[in-house]
Amino acid sequence: MFLALRELRFARGRFTLMGGVIALIAVLMVMLSGLSSGLVNDGVSGLKSMPATAFAFDEGTKTDNAFSRSVIDDQQLAEWRTIDGVAAAEKMGVSMANTTAEDGTQLDVTLFGVEPGTFLDPAISSGAGLGAIDGIVVSPTMKAEGVELGTVVTLDRIDTKLTVIGFTENQATFGHVDVAYLPLHTWQLIASGQALPGAPTEAQLSALDFSTASVVAVQANDGVKLDLAAADAIAGTSSQLLKAAFNASPGYEAETMTLSMIQMFLYAICALVVGAFFTVWTIQRKHEIAVLRAMGASAGYLLRDGLAQAAIVLIGFTAVGLAAGLGLGAIMPDAMPFALEAAPIATATALTIILGLMGAAIAVIRISKIDPLNALGGQR
Amino acid sequence: MTLQTPAPTALSIRNAMLEMGDGDSKVIALDNVNLEVAAGEFLAIVGPSGSGKSSLLAVAGALSAPDSGSVSVNGQELAGLSQGKLAAFRLANIGFVFQSGNLIPALSAADQLRLVNKLSGGPRSFDPLPLLESVGMAHRASNRPGQLSGGERQRVGIARALVSGAKLLLVDEPTASLDRARSHEVVELLARESREHGVATIMVTHDHEVLGACDRVLEMVDGKLSAPVSVA
Repeated sequence: MFLALRELRFARGRFTLMGGVIALIAVLMVMLSGLSSGLVNDGVSGLKSMPATAFAFDEGTKTDNAFSRSVIDDQQLAEWRTIDGVAAAEKMGVSMANTTAEDGTQLDVTLFGVEPGTFLDPAISSGAGLGAIDGIVVSPTMKAEGVELGTVVTLDRIDTKLTVIGFTENQATFGHVDVAYLPLHTWQLIASGQALPGAPTEAQLSALDFSTASVVAVQANDGVKLDLAAADAIAGTSSQLLKAAFNASPGYEAETMTLSMIQMFLYAICALVVGAFFTVWTIQRKHEIAVLRAMGASAGYLLRDGLAQAAIVLIGFTAVGLAAGLGLGAIMPDAMPFALEAAPIATATALTIILGLMGAAIAVIRISKIDPLNALGGQR
Repeated sequence: MTLQTPAPTALSIRNAMLEMGDGDSKVIALDNVNLEVAAGEFLAIVGPSGSGKSSLLAVAGALSAPDSGSVSVNGQELAGLSQGKLAAFRLANIGFVFQSGNLIPALSAADQLRLVNKLSGGPRSFDPLPLLESVGMAHRASNRPGQLSGGERQRVGIARALVSGAKLLLVDEPTASLDRARSHEVVELLARESREHGVATIMVTHDHEVLGACDRVLEMVDGKLSAPVSVA
């Protein structure tokens, strides 16, 4: 790297210019990956935190928005409970609701109706767990909107009143809307359209003849791989593993695909910018490389030197961009769904460097094609 | 071969033929060239452009192989060596001085020499200063080529060619971009270095003014190397 380092110092202006582009790409990568993670959290953190293996929707439900569209009954639940390898299966109700707090704040929530005490019952960070028929457990992200323990929210139009009794342990959002967990029976009362103004009462619940819910949440025994297709055939459902079910939440696929497409483009741009720079750089050095080869420097030595140079520039400036991106990420406004997670950022950084190196390698390989005979004769 | 001269033969070219290009543009670059250069000898080759002078340097410098005939440097026959072996051989045995020095722009004068020492696996403790001193460039050791004049660049180029202890020095138009005074200085330096280090030096030049410092002068015309012309 004798030559590589001295050339970096000698042509620092040119290398800094190109490095600036790499650093900016790295900043953008951090931003995009933060935005990506943030959107995923916003879209499906309510699902992510569930200890479910798979969700079963009614057969033939359209995949987008399947959670609130699907309707399953007790028969389908009973069939699922008989499937080999299923540890537990529970009904779950999912619906969107517009609510208003006492002080007039409008709050949109996704209602998750789950049976208290089952594996779907969320862990709480403060307050009480699910139980009270008019009690809801909401995502701690709602605190930003002034929601606290004891806040009473009124469902728009039907005027049913629910009280916040607890906050979940982790962020729980679904389709960019905070999740409010409530007992399955209460959810069914609301979903049936028979809820009356005011807090739901025991009398209303016992009078209710409504047993359907949205989906069956399935938990498999440890280490068991469920045969979803076979189970679906028996239960008359169409089921998806937890991760795949993310796509069934509103907007999830559209958002993540858009962002990953932008990231793909950035990788390609990085490879092209670095490749173009080192192509021009190698052509500029053509005569001097011919001189070195005529003197007897091996092509291998010069190739290694060139690649080491590219690696230094890429790693150095990607690190600068990474630091700048992390700094910027820390001062993002709350309204922006943004979450810095180590794994996606590490992947993005590694890919930036690797693809940049591939671009450089294609350019630097020219070194081996330069004829030492070019060293004789005049300069060009 | 019989022992005709006390000095060992540094370069021996026998019956070398080389054609360049093809079809109508075919040119005979070397036409049955025979050449022997002894260690310590300073040989100049003059001739018009396109006469094959550069081809002779390329063949003598193990950069291209003749179509037929043989080339040996320091007793080593070059035919049959792989590209990689030839590169290693050049590094250890042949020094090149190119037009206007052809130094690496990013390296200081001292680093130009250090790089060759590194490439040829020389000692870690290598000190470029004595060599730079011998070409009168020690005071410019930390300057890059961009900060040196044409004559200074040639001096550094000569020092660089001597780093690995090569016994054959091939010099391509060293005075092409120099004024007369500098040209004489550079050629006299070459003459002195080849005498002092026992290096066989072949200088290809257009410049008839500088031939006085040479031990022998040959003329090349249309690929033929002819008997010595009178030295000016």
